Amino acid sequence: MKRIVAGLFAGAVFGAGLSISGLINPAKVDAFLDIAGDWDPSLAFVMLGAVIVTAVGYRLVWRRGSPLLEQAFALPTRRDIDPNLLVGAALFGIGWGLGGVCPGPGLAGLGFGATETLAFVAAMIVGMFAARQFGDFLGRLKSGAGPTVTSSQ
Amino acid sequence: MEHFTPISSLIGGGLIGLSAVMLMLLSGRIAGISGITSGLLSFTWTPDSAWRLAFVVGLIGAPVGLAIAGVKPEISFVTSLPIMAIAGLIVGFGTVLGGGCTSGHGVCGIARLSPRSIIATVVFMTFGVATVFIVRHLLAGG
Repeated sequence: MKRIVAGLFAGAVFGAGLSISGLINPAKVDAFLDIAGDWDPSLAFVMLGAVIVTAVGYRLVWRRGSPLLEQAFALPTRRDIDPNLLVGAALFGIGWGLGGVCPGPGLAGLGFGATETLAFVAAMIVGMFAARQFGDFLGRLKSGAGPTVTSSQ
Repeated sequence: MEHFTPISSLIGGGLIGLSAVMLMLLSGRIAGISGITSGLLSFTWTPDSAWRLAFVVGLIGAPVGLAIAGVKPEISFVTSLPIMAIAGLIVGFGTVLGGGCTSGHGVCGIARLSPRSIIATVVFMTFGVATVFIVRHLLAGG
């Protein structure tokens, strides 16, 4: 129950941040990415504020050795730069540029009920699901346990 | 730059950081929106499902709550409905393939000085800027 309340509270603070910062507004994101147009650098300040608070806060929290509600911190350990990371980030950048919406602001805007937001989020969930299936497929190919795609060619 | 809002953007960014720190302190987890959302798509109830769902509920609820309290955000769209759907599809696929989005890589990952996240952020920022340049200035002829 405490974990659920923690998630709800953290999500609410995150949503408030997206709303107040202007990141929830696709036109604002578009103006930030449009460096050759009427450039609005506001969103650089969102990144700045978020990264500084997180960088300092994380280091204070990590001094504890463990989180309050779980046994241990669950931190990503990978350090390799693989093709999936690069292709995935490039695709994400293209989609972000097209719509001016990334996953957080897409979800955070759902409550206002705009058709554009609903279409974005519904398609985003389909895309996420497809990528998970694609990841499983790649994993099976690598482990050799999957369908013998190569021999059928 | 008539819409330049450094103060509210800095405060909003600080709140996003605060949320990330809260989640690390309480649950020891990274506040990555694409990870939290896609983690709910496995269709099996895991020990992480409940807090992830609660996080999304808070994420959607807070802006509505703020709007009711009088702090209503401006939301203006920059493209058509079909392009928004295509954008969503690419964003969903790309963030899961690349293991994160603006929050997981751009905020939490950079704060951890993760090389993967720093590279990912440079790549998605570059492609975002390039896409807007192509759409706004090359295709639109402006």
